[in-house]
Amino acid sequence: MRVMYPEMTDNINRRNRTNSRFRYLVIAGSVITVIPIFLIVGNLAVKGFRQINLAFFTQPAPDTFQAMMAASSGEIIPGGIANGLTGSLLMVLLASLFAIPLGLMTGIYIYENGTTRYARFIRSLTEILQGVPSIILGIIAYLWVVKNITKGYSALAGSVSLAIMMLPLIIRSTEETMRMIPLSIREAAFALGTPYYKMIYKILIPVSFSGLATGVLLAISRILGETAPLMLTALGSPAISLDVTRPVSAVPLLIWDFYNDPNMVNLVWSASLFLMVFVLSMNLLARSVASKHKYI
Amino acid sequence: MNNNPQSDNVLEIRDLSIAYEPGKYAVNGVTASVKRNSITAIMGPSGCGKSTLLRAMNRMHELYPNIETKGDILLDGKSIFSMSVIELRRKVGMVFQRPNPFPNMTIYENVVAGFSLNDIRLKKSQRDEIVENALRNVTLWDEVKESLYRKGTFLSGGQQQRLCVARAIAFNPEVLLLDEPTSALDPIATSKIEDLLGELKKKYTLVLVTHNMSQAARISDDSMFMYLGELVESGRTGTLFTTPKDPRTEAYLTGKFG
Repeated sequence: MRVMYPEMTDNINRRNRTNSRFRYLVIAGSVITVIPIFLIVGNLAVKGFRQINLAFFTQPAPDTFQAMMAASSGEIIPGGIANGLTGSLLMVLLASLFAIPLGLMTGIYIYENGTTRYARFIRSLTEILQGVPSIILGIIAYLWVVKNITKGYSALAGSVSLAIMMLPLIIRSTEETMRMIPLSIREAAFALGTPYYKMIYKILIPVSFSGLATGVLLAISRILGETAPLMLTALGSPAISLDVTRPVSAVPLLIWDFYNDPNMVNLVWSASLFLMVFVLSMNLLARSVASKHKYI
Repeated sequence: MNNNPQSDNVLEIRDLSIAYEPGKYAVNGVTASVKRNSITAIMGPSGCGKSTLLRAMNRMHELYPNIETKGDILLDGKSIFSMSVIELRRKVGMVFQRPNPFPNMTIYENVVAGFSLNDIRLKKSQRDEIVENALRNVTLWDEVKESLYRKGTFLSGGQQQRLCVARAIAFNPEVLLLDEPTSALDPIATSKIEDLLGELKKKYTLVLVTHNMSQAARISDDSMFMYLGELVESGRTGTLFTTPKDPRTEAYLTGKFG
């Protein structure tokens, strides 16, 4: 005998209706989230596109007078973001040189010794570090580097603040990627008499390469748009400079400068559009790397 | 001629006890031996310590933290605990429950992984020879000779497992440890592996952990029956299966538990 409870059959229609209502609610929610994204991209593209030309990439930012002349005669503002672009690339490169090796090593250490008290301590420190507001990292880099090492605002100081931002991101992603490697792969290596360090750099790192690279690229794209710590460290510079002991500009710093000059408003849009496309392509690159070298 | 029966034993296990936590023995006072060029099956219900015993034979059990080992295991009369782990594992290879070829390596690279991971540099011709021999020995050569440079993970489960055997024997070890090597495979792949083991014992000494009694009966020469960390009984497989001395062995073999 099948036992039938009235609750099992009576409400099927009502439940179906509730189900479809909830479905539409979820779809509506997702549409509402997507609208601002399209508005932002559309706005930037429409307003920023006009200023983007070769000079935009090869020339440093114009001064107020040049911009005012161009604006009053309705022409395109001369100059571009070359000083910001070189400054950004210089600092991201330096920050990566600090943060990638350190982050990978720390991540592997935490993964390998996850149960020890010291590893747990380091892991919670990285969690705290991830939550520190970036402006505070800027102040720290100001104290350490600007005041004591370069005795003035510098690209090095900017790199240090960016590297500290990258570290927790890389450490976490490294640890999480390593966690996905089946234990049996490690055992296979050890059973062949593989020394420990070789197991790490010939098995663990190649097997998890896609995850590690994705983590690094996402960390880079995260710091590319960082502005606050750079205001206290790299300061900004009107000229193209590759001297790490001197102030340099950066794309987000330029956006701030352009914003503060009423004659350069048009450049705000172009620089923002560029920064956004740049960060977006880093993300896409991260994705394609992730799918291409995926072993686990 | 050497008539000393001891010389026939590759491995001598002497009063071996292993604890993962202080006082909790997974293997308790086991004394046994493994004969050269034979298949020795270790049987027993889950959690009886058979895998731990097997792993102790190439000290893989030491990968767990806080492990406590007492007693000794002799390989050709020499204590394995006095050898370097690297040297020991070259002499005592291992195949695992689930096929685990290195996913970042091709079939070819997987077979010679033991060499490359140990920085043993070989000429291309030597490597080619090792790869072909090892793959022929595991009857995989004809199936993969056209795709040696594809990733090992493209193979079927049974082929992957034979690749893992090839990787283990490429080093020409004395002993090959197999930890339930067919439990993740279908019946056809299982029977291929079993046939293979019958061939391999001509060159190597095999120790096999299995929870499949009929497999132990089919392919092993000697058997050990373990229960709650103790070695209850060991001897020729035929004898142990037909006339077990211990009531626990008989109960297990007749399916009363396990």
